[in-house]
Amino acid sequence: MATPPITKPIESPATVITDATCTFCGCVCDDIDITVKDNHITDAKRACVLGKSWFYGHAADDRPDCLIEGQPASVAEGVERAARILTEARYPIVYGLSDTTSEAQRVAVAIGDAIAGTVDTTTSVCHGPSGMAFQGVGEVTCTLGEVANRGDLIIFWGGNPAESHPRHFSKYSLMPKGMFVPNGRKDRTAVGVDVRKTKTAKAMDLFFQIKPRSDFEALWTLRALAKSVEVDPEQVKRDTGIELSRWQDLMDRMKAAKFGVILFGMGLTMTRGKHLNSEALLSLARDMNAFTRFVVKPMRGHGNVTGADNVVTWQTGYPFGVNMSRGYPRFNPGEYTTSDTLARGEADAALLVACDPMANFSQPARERLQSIPYIALDPKETPTTRSAAVAFTTATYGINTPGTVYRMDDVPIYLRPALSSTHPTDLEVLSAIHRRVTELKK
Amino acid sequence: MTERFILIPGRTSKQGCGVSEGKFDRVYQQEITTLQVAPADMKRMGLANGDRVRVTTESGRQIDVAVTAATGDELPPGLLFIAYGDLSSRLMDGETHGSGMPTSKGLDVTMEKLS
Repeated sequence: MATPPITKPIESPATVITDATCTFCGCVCDDIDITVKDNHITDAKRACVLGKSWFYGHAADDRPDCLIEGQPASVAEGVERAARILTEARYPIVYGLSDTTSEAQRVAVAIGDAIAGTVDTTTSVCHGPSGMAFQGVGEVTCTLGEVANRGDLIIFWGGNPAESHPRHFSKYSLMPKGMFVPNGRKDRTAVGVDVRKTKTAKAMDLFFQIKPRSDFEALWTLRALAKSVEVDPEQVKRDTGIELSRWQDLMDRMKAAKFGVILFGMGLTMTRGKHLNSEALLSLARDMNAFTRFVVKPMRGHGNVTGADNVVTWQTGYPFGVNMSRGYPRFNPGEYTTSDTLARGEADAALLVACDPMANFSQPARERLQSIPYIALDPKETPTTRSAAVAFTTATYGINTPGTVYRMDDVPIYLRPALSSTHPTDLEVLSAIHRRVTELKK
Repeated sequence: MTERFILIPGRTSKQGCGVSEGKFDRVYQQEITTLQVAPADMKRMGLANGDRVRVTTESGRQIDVAVTAATGDELPPGLLFIAYGDLSSRLMDGETHGSGMPTSKGLDVTMEKLS
């Protein structure tokens, strides 16, 4: 009796993509070594907990490339339907854009222009108020490389990077041994200001647990102290929950620093006061330059939200909330921002790229979105793709597709994809929609 | 018993991982549907982990949600925390006060234990 042949599964060798870029958050870490085997990512060396989930969680989704009203359709059919929806609308909006390449963002803005629509990004519900404050005060800025090499007093205000940007401390702000801070963490004083004693607070040398919604008062206290203006200790304690002597100690340290850095989160922009909170912080950083070098940067969440700001600004002159219905761009947060155009029932069609307003917007905005036809592009199924008139499943930027993203300090980084995808890219779908809306608008 | 609190929605590592793993998966859903309460407030209101409460904003927006005690001294008494997501967004108003951003942190709310 013949012995049955022994069969072994054929294993393909693993491939390692060095210095790949993680696009989960605004840190855009570009030192990740990705191991790929059988078109699956099996390792993501140096990635943080969020980065590992990003790389391991983006195996190609087996949904169809396109769904129209929930039914599978070809990409060409989806493009035609999308173009019809956008060109037949009276107040179409383009929104999202913070988790796609800058090449795709550029085409999305061009679509907004072609349909005389409104272009807005997730910045408007993130650091949009800071964007308004930048226009009022300006931004004393620098790259994260300068922070790593020079920063000796680092203040984290209203953010929790230990959970939202886990490698920020080790790669950029607290731990690196830099040219002028050769001993790394030992050469830096870390200060946290927040209402919660978060994991970030526990990594600080000094922590100021301020009263909720007192950022504005705390920042103006510091501005007053910077200029040696007399303030009432009792009122400071009552308003901020912190003794004046502690604020004075902080100000003394700020003046004594060689290179001070303030990194701020959405504790400022999402809380009452919003752009006025950011404005107070930017003003404080500016004021400090009368004494020493001081810079300020917002901590940005999504991988290419900074690219969205850059691209929309190149193309329209404004960073978000831009209306082009008159044939030229107009900027007015509160009027042309997506939360508002939806909640007020103005927008009557939408092109949503890499965003999930059906999960993240206010109820009035969600109800409006549910009632109008919209197109959604996303690699994953979300509450937004589920209710879309046209839903495209697209390849994941950075994992499947090359392109450019901007780190949170406005440094552009080119992506090195690890896996192929059967799905079209955002750029391909948006380019096709752009071509078709341009034809229909002739 | 109904008491007044300030609610701070925010990011967490688990919520961030859940975004990549899938928004309909268990990890993400559990993270965004759990309200963190300071241990002292839990004790005073007779709450145990897993109990359900009703949170209501000044404008009447309302969610029912399970509670868990916040770790250590992360939350001072009087402050509530929930990971960003569907439930936290349901408490936001449409009004942005000319900023484009609905007030989504530092919300005045009441919390009531559901039997």
